[in-house]
Amino acid sequence: MKVLLVDDEHELVSTLAERLAIRGIQADWAVSGEEALSLTERNTYDVAVLDVKIPRMGGLELKRRLQVKCPAMKFIFMSGHGSEDDFRSCSAETPEGCYLVKPVNIEDLIGTMNELTKARRDRP
Amino acid sequence: MSRDWEVLGETGLQFFGKMAASISHELKNVMAIINENAGLLEDLTIMAEKGMPMDPQRLKTQASRIMKQIRRGDDIIKSMNRFAHSADEPLRQADLNDSLALMCTLSGRFASMRGVTLEQEPPSTAVPIVTHPFLLQNLIWLCLDFAMGCAGAGKTVFLKAEKTEGGAKIGFSKLQDLANCEPGSFPGERETALLQALKADLIIHKDLAEMHLTFPPES
Repeated sequence: MKVLLVDDEHELVSTLAERLAIRGIQADWAVSGEEALSLTERNTYDVAVLDVKIPRMGGLELKRRLQVKCPAMKFIFMSGHGSEDDFRSCSAETPEGCYLVKPVNIEDLIGTMNELTKARRDRP
Repeated sequence: MSRDWEVLGETGLQFFGKMAASISHELKNVMAIINENAGLLEDLTIMAEKGMPMDPQRLKTQASRIMKQIRRGDDIIKSMNRFAHSADEPLRQADLNDSLALMCTLSGRFASMRGVTLEQEPPSTAVPIVTHPFLLQNLIWLCLDFAMGCAGAGKTVFLKAEKTEGGAKIGFSKLQDLANCEPGSFPGERETALLQALKADLIIHKDLAEMHLTFPPES
């Protein structure tokens, strides 16, 4: 599984990527929507984990743009806000359980990523 | 209750809620980074228990990252505390530079979301005024919010608090898109109620791409 992590908190995504690597999951990271889009020019990812509040572009807008470029990519939202509005708008864009509130438990995150990629593998 | 106080009350609550939500978001980020750094520390310890050599420098780096986030969280909480106490007294002596700096700090996340930089000129001297600190901060926030929308391609809002002959003022400059803002859209009802309550004036200079908020010595 190859994962793309996007959050403007550099230390958060870089450390999370390292922890995922320890668990055998290859993860690249970006601190802006523009950077994330540019990474998808050179790489293919199974799952993107997006912060909801990314400066300038916003997580929802980034998700829509990534989806056009990479139709097979699955998405998980990660938010520090936990507001009703965020929950509603992100839940409408992803399967149930793909909206996680920070701080995130890494095993829960991996569980959600596995569920998403398993669903794709199981599809006839 | 007069219409003005109704507007001030509603505007003040919205402002308080917006700032509280932004502060909680910032604190959640701090906790999320501490969570990952502490988690990595645990991962490294488990790997060491399994016989993998552990580099002491690595542990030092992790500890220092956690401490950095604790300092960041402490700064956020100090700002939140100052902000919360601004509603304690209806009238108090304040330094306009400090109030502006606090609002720039609290608005940092909103500025960053819009790709705007808030740049306050370092104060050379104190700018004391007697004012209602909470209403003052509310008015500064509304002006900052408007100014960020007028920052234009430069994406920097320059801010300066200074003494004047008749009191004090805050200058918002480099508002490159100010000329394109809809006439009459600002100040609106909320800003007007706050300007009246603080006996302040707002002067917009579209030609200079500047906006000045002026205060009497006691507002």
